[in-house]
Amino acid sequence: MTSLAISVSGLVKTFGSTRALDGLDLSVATGEVHGFLGPNGSGKTTTIRVLLGLLRADSGAVRLLDGDPWRDAVALHRRLAYVPGDVNLWPNLTGGEAIDLLGRLRGGLDPKRRADLLDRFDLDPTKKARSYSKGNRQKVALVSALASDVDLLILDEPTSGLDPLMEALFQDCIDEWKDEGRTVLLSSHILAEIEALCDRVSIIRLGKTVETGTLADLRHLTRTSIAAETERPISGLDELPGVHDLHVEGERARFDVDTPQLDGVLRRLTEFGVRSLTSQPPTLEELFLRHYGDELAANGVDVAAGEPAGERS
Amino acid sequence: MSSLAGTGTLIRFILRRDRVRLPIWVLGIALSMMGSVASFADTYPTAADRQKRAEVLDSAMAQLFVGPGYGTDHYTFGAMTANELLPFTAIVVALMSIFLVVRHTRAEEEDGRAELVRAGVVGRHASTVATLTVVCGAQLLLALLLTFGLPASLSELSTSGSFAFAAALAGVGLVFAGVAVAVAQLTANARTALGISSMVLGATYLIRAIGDMTGTNLAWLSPFGWATEMRAYVDVRWWPLLLSAGLTIGLVAAAVRINARRDVGSGIIADRPGRPTASPLLGSPLGLAFRLQRVSLLAWSLSLFLLGLVYGSIADEAASLYEDISALDDYLARIGAADPADQYLAITLSISALIAVGYAVQSTLRARGEEAGKRAEPVLAASVSRWRWAGSHLVMALGGSVVLMFAYGLGVGVSRAISAEDLGELPRLIGAALAYTPALWVFAGFAVALFGLLPRAVGAAWALLGFVAFVGFLGPLLQLPEWVYDISPVERVPDLPVAEFAAGPLLALTLIAAALVGVGLLGFWRRDLAEA
Repeated sequence: MTSLAISVSGLVKTFGSTRALDGLDLSVATGEVHGFLGPNGSGKTTTIRVLLGLLRADSGAVRLLDGDPWRDAVALHRRLAYVPGDVNLWPNLTGGEAIDLLGRLRGGLDPKRRADLLDRFDLDPTKKARSYSKGNRQKVALVSALASDVDLLILDEPTSGLDPLMEALFQDCIDEWKDEGRTVLLSSHILAEIEALCDRVSIIRLGKTVETGTLADLRHLTRTSIAAETERPISGLDELPGVHDLHVEGERARFDVDTPQLDGVLRRLTEFGVRSLTSQPPTLEELFLRHYGDELAANGVDVAAGEPAGERS
Repeated sequence: MSSLAGTGTLIRFILRRDRVRLPIWVLGIALSMMGSVASFADTYPTAADRQKRAEVLDSAMAQLFVGPGYGTDHYTFGAMTANELLPFTAIVVALMSIFLVVRHTRAEEEDGRAELVRAGVVGRHASTVATLTVVCGAQLLLALLLTFGLPASLSELSTSGSFAFAAALAGVGLVFAGVAVAVAQLTANARTALGISSMVLGATYLIRAIGDMTGTNLAWLSPFGWATEMRAYVDVRWWPLLLSAGLTIGLVAAAVRINARRDVGSGIIADRPGRPTASPLLGSPLGLAFRLQRVSLLAWSLSLFLLGLVYGSIADEAASLYEDISALDDYLARIGAADPADQYLAITLSISALIAVGYAVQSTLRARGEEAGKRAEPVLAASVSRWRWAGSHLVMALGGSVVLMFAYGLGVGVSRAISAEDLGELPRLIGAALAYTPALWVFAGFAVALFGLLPRAVGAAWALLGFVAFVGFLGPLLQLPEWVYDISPVERVPDLPVAEFAAGPLLALTLIAAALVGVGLLGFWRRDLAEA
């Protein structure tokens, strides 16, 4: 067995005239938690469906657990569990029945772990699936996946319906999973979730991988938006390193700052007597546009429209 | 009254949402009624023909489907319309009320849309009242169309008689609008509301049928009985309509009382907790397919068994009628001369097989429903091959087809064995029914082929059934050319139990079905999963 659980290179998938995946690369080492990050519609779910053999790749090389995900789907699926982002269940089956069914179809699940997870996620298994909320349907898929004895966990935005408490619990579960030496591919558009869990990250946009590396490698991506109001007029911020998009109007200032430079900028700001200060991490989409807009434009992608431009490649 | 605020807007909203659905219900019922009465003149041209028909109605089994049989001593077209069309049409009219009411009350609440509406300037009872206004309006419009449409289709029907007939139907429609409005208050789930309302429908229909069959007053306990007891066209009485009106008002009042107290989205009957773990059966794709389809298979089998029971038990009476109807001569000539009861059994068998095709198509397309509903994805992401997953649903469709035809054959066989006092009828008629199974498989195969190759066009499987039914029922009247029949798999089956059994056509049908299934499965294996 090689040390790569997933290896994808040059993956292309088109739907009619839409190029959903346009030469995507992804490699996930055995035993790591790999973040799969990208804005909505960037191709995360399509990639996962190709990995699961639900969609057929048009071109490119795809290996999953040393097998061909299309041809060897049945054997490979015995060794992985999948949680879709949009969990649809059979309305007449109870949550407990759905958990068991999905587990058995995968090759069985651990009853002790199942009971423990039901308890921790606070899920009532006797309720019919039609009465479950989105979050509870997601819990059903999560419990079934986490109670299975498999090598690889593929999660497609698994926490989109969970409340913060459950999200924290989910992170604990993934940590335990990782401690057992198992592999996780976690797709998400929430930067904080990826930061909390992942060893390495691949960032995709418009069906292409734009960056891969450890979180430390990608630290430069994190920039903070600051809005401040001071007692005296603000000046001199533009001379500081790491400050971007600066707007100053007398005692008010709005700007973005590279996180490593945050300390120096705040020191300067306090000199004017800070009255109010708000800071927030920028959205992923903003980050992508800021960091990769030029690069994508050079590659023939019309950034404003967010669509591939013509046949140029 | 602030509890009715917004009713007018909601009425317009319902009309806008159902601008296609409502006309289909109303016009569909009106036109098929008008077509039915128009065909009476061709089928029973003379008074003697009609009188023959009236004699058939004397059998107890026939009264399951027709009313108590008023005016059978002088069986006019009017009496025929009232006896033979009223009970069945009343069921359809009741279903129209139930479906429309639940759709706009409980289903809206369950999906959370009612919450959005009620957050606006909309009173507590507005949606109930708006729904009732639209549904009752549709029922009255239907009554109006029938009052003038029936005499226009068959001049022997009087306008005043048609008015009473239409009013009797509207009475049933209103009562079941009331039933549905009240039931929708009870349960938090729209499907359960539909189920309970339909059970009330079935039970009250049965009460009417048993009352008429036994000649007791039991029918007076049922809104269907009130409709037939109006004796439209024969000896019109208006006062049973008061019973319908009274019950409707009572049901609506009860619904309003409950609605005034309960929370939005909640019901009175709580959802029963189910099994916390799956039974050992539910651990394979086949187990899942069986679980998803078992209720449907049971309901279809039971219905076909009962249908067989009824057809078998009235075979002798009905056969004597067939002999005397000149319009059916062409039809019987196609089947070939034989024992009249067998001719009748052959005709009813081919009709019933066509009904069973409905199951074969529905069951096969369940796979597509699972795929489009994104419930195939988690199964195929587990260690389940596409062959096994699609094959499991196919086992239910193909195997279920055998079960259905067996159930029908059992029903006919049992009732014939009793009435003819010949146990040999049982295997003979079960065999005849089973001979239609390969025809059902061809329809299932066609549906599989569509599923595999053109998953978004699976509706064409229903279109084929519609076409074949059209040819089967209207072909003899329209005198269609022979090749049109040849297309229909059902027509390819020898007309058992009249014709000689021939294995050739059945083998050919089985091979065609197998080829279609093969093409479909191969297509599915090669294609992407297509959700939505």
